[in-house]
Amino acid sequence: MTDAAVIECTDVSRVYPGGVRALDRVSLAVRPGDFLAVVGPSGSGKSTLLQLMGALDRPTGGEVRVAGTELGRLSDGALSRLRGETIGFVFQQFHLSPLMSVCDNVAEGLLYSGVRHRERRLLAVDKLTRLGLGHRLRHRPDALSGGERQRVAIARALVGDPAVILADEPTGNLDTANGDTVIEILRGLAAGGTAVVVVTHDREVAAGMDRVIEVRDGRIVDVPDRVTG
Amino acid sequence: MSRLRTGDVARLAARGLRGHPVRFLLSALGIAIGVAAMVAVTGIAQSSQADLDQKLDRLGTNLLTVLPAEDLNGEQTRLPPTAAAMLRRIAPVTAASAVGQLDDLGAYRSPYVPEGQTSSVVVAAVDTTLLATVRGEVSRGHWFTPAGSRYPTVVLGAAAARRLGIETPGTRVWVGDQWAVVVGVLAPLDLAPELDPAVMLPAGSAQQYFGSDGTATSVYVRTDEDRVAAVSDVVPATAAPESPELVSVSRPSSALEAKLAADDALDQLLLGLAAVGLLVGGIGVSNTMIIASIERRSEIGLRRALGATRPHIAIQFLAESLLMSVAGGVGGVVLGSLVTAYWSRAQGVPPALPVWVGALGIGLTAVVGSLAGLYPAVRASRESPVSALASL
Ligand SMILES: Nc1ncnc2c1ncn2[C@@H]1O[C@H](COP(=O)(O)OP(=O)(O)OP(=O)(O)O)[C@@H](O)[C@H]1O
Ligand SMILES: [Mg+2]
Repeated sequence: MTDAAVIECTDVSRVYPGGVRALDRVSLAVRPGDFLAVVGPSGSGKSTLLQLMGALDRPTGGEVRVAGTELGRLSDGALSRLRGETIGFVFQQFHLSPLMSVCDNVAEGLLYSGVRHRERRLLAVDKLTRLGLGHRLRHRPDALSGGERQRVAIARALVGDPAVILADEPTGNLDTANGDTVIEILRGLAAGGTAVVVVTHDREVAAGMDRVIEVRDGRIVDVPDRVTG
Repeated sequence: MSRLRTGDVARLAARGLRGHPVRFLLSALGIAIGVAAMVAVTGIAQSSQADLDQKLDRLGTNLLTVLPAEDLNGEQTRLPPTAAAMLRRIAPVTAASAVGQLDDLGAYRSPYVPEGQTSSVVVAAVDTTLLATVRGEVSRGHWFTPAGSRYPTVVLGAAAARRLGIETPGTRVWVGDQWAVVVGVLAPLDLAPELDPAVMLPAGSAQQYFGSDGTATSVYVRTDEDRVAAVSDVVPATAAPESPELVSVSRPSSALEAKLAADDALDQLLLGLAAVGLLVGGIGVSNTMIIASIERRSEIGLRRALGATRPHIAIQFLAESLLMSVAGGVGGVVLGSLVTAYWSRAQGVPPALPVWVGALGIGLTAVVGSLAGLYPAVRASRESPVSALASL
């Protein structure tokens, strides 16, 4: 506990309208450099947890703190800003626009930060080059393989230098080799000090990560076969 | 606070529309048709007005037409031979020219036209000052010259020339029971269209060769611009001192103005229809934007995850709606201007389309676009980020 937590959940619950208790008094802290896997069966509440950590949603009970700020009291505008500045999202479906080049898709990650168009593009080129996509800048996402697309999405999440990367099933649409590449990239980010949280139900993927949290029926359970070392 | 630059809003809107070009074009077309109709109706009305103003500038509004009425027995009366001369004595009158229709005479291309076939033209004795008084123009040949007026010469009104099939001066025409030579053909007379079907003889030769008694069926009077009404009041008693009640005075320029004013009502109706067209176009834009806000939920969710606030999403959709509508407006103004230009050419009228018509058309589409985009924009911005992202 040397570093202050970037995300801290305390007794967090999320009850959806209609009474589904997707999360039930979950507590969890994510620190800079963490490389954390969230696993659990379908419908256990993994995505719900990630959405709360990413300030996309507010808890119905308990407290979520992102970068030291408690979400419950924030306005929609303040939540938006927090997402834009502190968090980078990566989704299973990539969510890339077919109307823009790869470079512009990545630059879109800074659209709401007030950075100028030219500068956004320069930063996008930088991130894409680092992820080995420097030769694909002008292509449309449709022309890329699934693995490349997910790397573009990661570049977009990274372009604003967020403190946390939240990835929901980032390897879900990829084959093993491409999935491994993506996980390796994320590991590199964590090694550089970014907190990385990956939701996955691929046990093998989770096994390669520093910390694994298992969610069942909206609660965190201890993982008996935790990898040590 | 997150912030979105104005330039980026424009970029977002343009890109959003590029996503569905056909849909965009069709929605914009709806707006364009309404605006084009508005611009064309206004442009045509303005051009007609400008044409009339120009005409009246040239023709003057100070011409009076003096006509004898029917008497109590229903007989058409005539003005005395002295009428024009008497009228010229009124101080503000600058010119007075008499026309005396010769009802017994017909005019034909040749003497062999079968008996009983009526002439479609009228024969009239006219003062040689007539052309100047009504400010008419000669389209071919010339007006009566002092030398020519001693021989039987005629000038044809535009309609008379057409009906007789005579194009070239020098052609002979059979008037009454003798030949006369056509020396000129007039252009249509805007202030005296009743003379267009006339075969005109100079008053002198009409009396000498054609049995005219010098009485008049109309007198055209030019007056001082500022005294038209005053002159008009004294005309009947001056022209026909014995029976002033049988004289009517009219101002032909007023008739031209009235004709245009009558077109105004039709213009209003057409403008109303164009406005309805624009409204329907706006509903089309609104509909397109609602569909877009539903289809693009995951894009909305992603943008919210990237830091967009609700107003940012609303502004993006509003800008798309505005751009679509204004693009249609610009197209409509261009189209409406082309229609006006084409119409003016066809009518031989100078096209007049004030800049404010175009500006108003585009301004109106901006209002329509904003209103049309309001609901879709609010709807899109209300989307919760979580459910929007889950929708794919
Ligand atoms: N918007 C919502 N409204 C109502 N119930 C919801 C909503 N979102 C999720 N749920 C319910 O909450 C529970 C947890 O959902 P969540 O999406 O977090 O599960 P998950 O662990 O991510 O599952 P999966 O592995 O299938 O993605 C499920 O029972 C789900 O049906
Ligand atoms: Mg999930």
